[in-house]
Amino acid sequence: MTQSVSLLGATTSARDSTRSSARTSAPPTTDQPKMRAEALKAYFGATEVLKGVTLPVASHTVTAIIGPSGCGKSTFIRCLNRMHEVVAGARVAGKVLLDHQDIYAPDVDPVRVRRRVGMVFQKPNPFPTMTIRENVLSGLVLNGLRPKDPGELVERALRQVALWDEVKDVLNRSGTSLSGGQQQRLCIARSLALEPEVLLMDEPCSALDPIATARVEELIHELRERYTIVIVTHNMQQAARVADFTAFFYLGELVEHDRTDVIFTRPSEKKTEDYITGRFG
Amino acid sequence: MTERHWQRKLVDAMVRGLCLVATLAALVPLGLVLYYVTSRGIGGIDRAFFTELPKPVGETGGGMANAFVGTLELVGLACLFGIPPGVLAGVYLAEFGERRFAKLVRFSADVMSGVPSITIGIFVYTLIVLRTKSFSAYAGGVALAVLMLPTVTRTTEELLRLVPESLREAALGLGVPKWRATLSVVLRTAAPGIATGIMLAIARVAGETAPLLFTAFNNAFWPTGLGQPTASLPVQIYTYAVSPYDDWHQKAWAAALLLVGMVLILNVSARLLVRPRVRSR
Ligand SMILES: Nc1ncnc2c1ncn2[C@@H]1O[C@H](COP(=O)(O)OP(=O)(O)OP(=O)(O)O)[C@@H](O)[C@H]1O
Ligand SMILES: [Mg+2]
Repeated sequence: MTQSVSLLGATTSARDSTRSSARTSAPPTTDQPKMRAEALKAYFGATEVLKGVTLPVASHTVTAIIGPSGCGKSTFIRCLNRMHEVVAGARVAGKVLLDHQDIYAPDVDPVRVRRRVGMVFQKPNPFPTMTIRENVLSGLVLNGLRPKDPGELVERALRQVALWDEVKDVLNRSGTSLSGGQQQRLCIARSLALEPEVLLMDEPCSALDPIATARVEELIHELRERYTIVIVTHNMQQAARVADFTAFFYLGELVEHDRTDVIFTRPSEKKTEDYITGRFG
Repeated sequence: MTERHWQRKLVDAMVRGLCLVATLAALVPLGLVLYYVTSRGIGGIDRAFFTELPKPVGETGGGMANAFVGTLELVGLACLFGIPPGVLAGVYLAEFGERRFAKLVRFSADVMSGVPSITIGIFVYTLIVLRTKSFSAYAGGVALAVLMLPTVTRTTEELLRLVPESLREAALGLGVPKWRATLSVVLRTAAPGIATGIMLAIARVAGETAPLLFTAFNNAFWPTGLGQPTASLPVQIYTYAVSPYDDWHQKAWAAALLLVGMVLILNVSARLLVRPRVRSR
């Protein structure tokens, strides 16, 4: 990938909110996909866990991935930022386009992809040796970048995740001293500080209480104006609340992908209907 | 009901008692060693002991300053030669090595940690002393380093394996290159434990006598260079303890006390050093 990632430049552009009005009341479409998986297959050793998934992810939208446990949701989003191949024996076939460039092309550096496509994991994983402040800056610092105004960056990132007021007096405490929900928001702030173009979230609320969950959902609503978001969730209501599009996976295959209101009111596949009405899964 | 209750109480008291007795039995030898060494050695510790060279046979007085300095020198060299390769090998085993070669390295390290230290002395004697035609601090340092190597390697590997996978993924997910994630996140998280392991390894080799007999040998004078035979506390203790002179016996006890003191300081500082930098509450 020849395109260079100007992390600090991106930080400034995110501050002006001119783009935030881009979202209108018109129903979102996938005409301009930010990412697109094409015939994507993923393997653990010889086991094929994704069996050829083709799915566009529209720019500045939230796409929810739903489906029963073990159907390949995590595997799918891990393929979107080349985290799948980190597991020993894991392999990918097919294409994933990011701004029309295949991130699996041989000349692409996975490290660069991951800077553009950030990830929030199911279990909060702040760095235990770092303070809250250092955790927020860790993406930049570990990449050898010196933010111009670290204090401002930390405050902005923590405000974005509605954590600033809770931690502003204890920024030098360990990141792991926070509650689970706070840790998860810290991890989101850590990803946001790098200003990724796409944010992947793997069941970000599964370890959170209803209040923290509501906060994260609110946050997703706000973030959608600036980022493209893909979120895995087991919670139908959550998908209905936060997502513009919903994709239903079953046994490694994409069964149906449509606007969320369509999926939840008049799905075209019987399987989707059975799943969302709780008949299996 | 109450009878059962009493039975349970009784069993509980008995098992507790047994544990206490076993703990005491394990502590008694340690206490006795400390007591004996202190009571016998304390009389020999004076200013001259730390500042003067040993007197020739037959004369009383003098000290062990050269052996003290020599031990520091040898242990320093051992750290220099032993810690970097040991830590790097441990990193390789834990983070990169899933192949046959890694298994071989791991197996060799385990075998090596069981090799009697005198064997390593002879090995280094053949390898270095015979070639350079001189006993030397280098040779002694190498012998101690070889002795440390398997401990350092395996400790590092095991502690790195304790670092949760989620932290590696957190770092990689932020677009941090693998080498950087390994150094700045994984190794740093495990650093306190590794430092303790290394300190304990140092403490162990600081008291080794056998490998030094063929390598650093002994010297009645101040060390003049790393290529010279070098005195050390363990070898000096050995030489003095087998001599027929009371004054030398007294000095051997004093040196033993000094050695125990050094090892104790190493152990304690290992513990102080590893106290977490970041407060967790
Ligand atoms: N490290 C691994 N090694 C081998 N197989 C794996 C591994 N991780 C996942 N799998 C398999 O891949 C399939 C898809 O797993 P994945 O984690 O993507 O499911 P998921 O849809 O995210 O499930 P959940 O909702 O429980 O998180 C499962 O059948 C699982 O057994
Ligand atoms: Mg999952």
